[in-house]
Amino acid sequence: MIRALVLVIAAAGTAGATGPAPSDFTLNTNCPPGFEKTDGGVCELRTLYQFYDSLGNRGLGGTRTGLPPHRDGFTPQQIDLGRYLFFDPVLSGDGTLSCASCHDPAKGLSDGRSRSIGMHGEDAGRAAPTLWNVAFLKRFFWDARADSLEAQASGPLYSPREMGNTPAQLLARLNGNGVYRRLFQQAFPNARGPIAEQQVFTALAAFQTSLVSLNSRYDRYVHGHDAALNQREIEGLNVFRSFVARCSECHTPPLFTNEQIAVIGMPEPDGHPFDVGAEAILGSPKLKGGFKVPTLRNIARTAPYSHSGAFDDLRSVVEFYNKGRGNSAPSDVPLYLHWHISDPDLSEAEVDRIVDFLGALTDETFLPQPPTRVPSGMTATHRGEST
Amino acid sequence: MKKGLILWVLVTAVAFAAGAYLGRSSKQDLKISSSTGGASYSGGFKAEGNADANPAGAIRSVAGPAPTNVVVVKDGESIQAAIKAATAGTIVRVMPGTYHETVYVDKDDIRIIGVIEQGRRAVLDGQKKLNDAILYSGNNFVAENLEIRNYKGNGIMGQAGNNFEIRNNVIVDSGVYGIFPQLGQNGIVEHNVVSKIADAAIYIGMSDNILVAHNDVFDSVAGIEIENSRHAIVEHNYVHNNTGGLLAFVTPGLPIKDTVDVIFRNNFVIGNNHPNFGAPGSTVAGIPAGTGILVMAADDVVIEGNIISDNKVAGIIITDHAHASNITADPESDPNSDRVKILDNVMLRNGYDTINEAKALLLAEAKVGARNLDIVRVGPSPGSCIINRHQYVTVGVGDFAECDFTNTAATVNYLLPPVPPREIKPGERGKVVYLGICTGCHTYNGRMIGPPVQVIQALYMDNPQGLADYIAKPTKKRDDYPEMPPQDYLDPETRLAVAQYMLQVTN
Repeated sequence: MIRALVLVIAAAGTAGATGPAPSDFTLNTNCPPGFEKTDGGVCELRTLYQFYDSLGNRGLGGTRTGLPPHRDGFTPQQIDLGRYLFFDPVLSGDGTLSCASCHDPAKGLSDGRSRSIGMHGEDAGRAAPTLWNVAFLKRFFWDARADSLEAQASGPLYSPREMGNTPAQLLARLNGNGVYRRLFQQAFPNARGPIAEQQVFTALAAFQTSLVSLNSRYDRYVHGHDAALNQREIEGLNVFRSFVARCSECHTPPLFTNEQIAVIGMPEPDGHPFDVGAEAILGSPKLKGGFKVPTLRNIARTAPYSHSGAFDDLRSVVEFYNKGRGNSAPSDVPLYLHWHISDPDLSEAEVDRIVDFLGALTDETFLPQPPTRVPSGMTATHRGEST
Repeated sequence: MKKGLILWVLVTAVAFAAGAYLGRSSKQDLKISSSTGGASYSGGFKAEGNADANPAGAIRSVAGPAPTNVVVVKDGESIQAAIKAATAGTIVRVMPGTYHETVYVDKDDIRIIGVIEQGRRAVLDGQKKLNDAILYSGNNFVAENLEIRNYKGNGIMGQAGNNFEIRNNVIVDSGVYGIFPQLGQNGIVEHNVVSKIADAAIYIGMSDNILVAHNDVFDSVAGIEIENSRHAIVEHNYVHNNTGGLLAFVTPGLPIKDTVDVIFRNNFVIGNNHPNFGAPGSTVAGIPAGTGILVMAADDVVIEGNIISDNKVAGIIITDHAHASNITADPESDPNSDRVKILDNVMLRNGYDTINEAKALLLAEAKVGARNLDIVRVGPSPGSCIINRHQYVTVGVGDFAECDFTNTAATVNYLLPPVPPREIKPGERGKVVYLGICTGCHTYNGRMIGPPVQVIQALYMDNPQGLADYIAKPTKKRDDYPEMPPQDYLDPETRLAVAQYMLQVTN
């Protein structure tokens, strides 16, 4: 408690006179871009995709295919409180890391690293996935071990290899902060008593569901504007969805993931041990080395690639698939490689066109605004950013 | 035959307790049913809001009324160029000739219809360089009378288009699948001749309400495959000289987890003994050459009225995921073939050169000296039934119940009437475009990337058309704001709708 107060004072000192006084923190009463505030005062997503259907409402298919069911319906205040929490290093054990340290708006809501770095500089083991369009997901983490954003939140918060906090310390710090007590009261007006852990998770989930990217040039093409994609990108789209490359069999539109576990046989970076992935969660040896298929939206913004960052750029990833089934699989570990992992034998030009097309999936118009100051007054150190 | 193929099914054949069925089949009383009368299988699909549909008026068209707009593509011209220029609701008539291109269709109501002149067709030739012949994602898609050869990927591949009709096409040596609609609903695949395909000649993937009829499929690894799909009828097809003839599968790891309600009826499933040339790692690479019908983990598969002959391993194999050694796992998929229903079929000379695992099963049931094998079942298959079982040489069906129906006459097909396109009112579209796109740069009363909506309202309040025109081709008006990107990808009607909506918002 005392330490937190000291940090607040120290941070306030360095923030200079331009920031608001602690009492000036207010929560937005309007919904974020892309959302309509309903008569009930909650924010609901609006997108042209709502005019399309999908088979079984699964949100998988081709161009004009509806999205899968998603999370929304949070209040503007809950979403904005989540934004403050997301950017506030008070959530980490020693006040050095915020969620945004590894899910940085300037880096595609990822961190630009092969694998994330924890509170004390540890290798967190896997790459930070982007948070774009998590409102539509049903499984979280590379190994799909959480089934909601709320369940996911406790992972990095309390992992000693990541943010290194404890539930007790997290709640003590937040309850010890008058600004947060007031903001939580605004966001959860019916709640009584001190700030509860579940409210923290709810607010973080509310904010993350506002991170929607559905306005890329690809989407404009989908909605009927043929010229939104240039000739190279169209060619790339056709290679991407061809049954030679088969990319879209797992990276299925409109979200460019089918959310399944797939055993791909990607290499680990030098010196990095083999990662069994979902096998450990599902207890199924046939899924050894299986990981959740990631979305490709904003993929050009989130290098390096793979669960452990084995690939520096998109072309390297596409080349990996093009080198054929099992080209980087460990020789001493039996893997049930996914049947779509084949030997596509694409030409160099086709590989380039796929990369061109992936660039058309970029849309960051609803990028969130980082707060100029956070209620704790702390500043994330973005450890290791200088490298 | 490669050893790996033999091992695909029946890997735990000896798990059957030897002698468990000793002598039983020979002592059983004959239960003889006539399939020309009696109760009929009513199928598993009831169309919503369509209770008065008359089965006698069977649906044979799902794509809706034919468009009146017609364009003609002649030899030497580009089919894709015509489709690109076409509006939704166009027949693209393709004259005989040779076309080297990949055709993609991302709009609704496009029909690519070849003209056949004295046997000469419009030929799409991929020259073993191009990936797929036709990719479609639009609804109400029709492809007819084409000839497709020498592609590397698929002949005709659909991604989520509903109400499709693919008929009267000849597809030869065109990669992995000849015809592959995926994630679509309500489709017909009929009267196609498909051969020399490295996986399934016709592959229905993750789709609902499908009719596959009157096709001639041969010289492929799999003839017709129904995978992770519901409510499909496969009838009157000639399926011969493939590695495996008719397949109903649940493939693990796909987002749609089951295959339910498939009727295989009145097909010729003849001599499917082609050596397996499936790609290593593919699901079908494990099919033993000589398989007539294969049911793996699919539920409610009805097999009726087929002539199944000369398939050297077995006429019908029913299995689960555990017995298929090259199949991965999926905790969300039921691995068993539940409720298989085998009605009357003509089965001749099947299993004359079967695999050792099947021979062991015959031995375990004391069917020593059987020269043929019609039906093999391994793995759990709860709720399954059969009629007139005494006709067939079987293993593993001793615990099948007697079916309480003898035919599927009551189920004409599972097709739906063409679904009219959804009516979207301009006001609704305007609101969604405003919220989904404009709010990325404009808020009602605050500065964002662009000026506040209030300011825009003050300028254009009585001139929505002016605002609609401006957003199509913006010019820089304010030094303190970046230039607006053009929104010309929205059609004029949508631009006006969004302008009208923007001018009346109040927060």
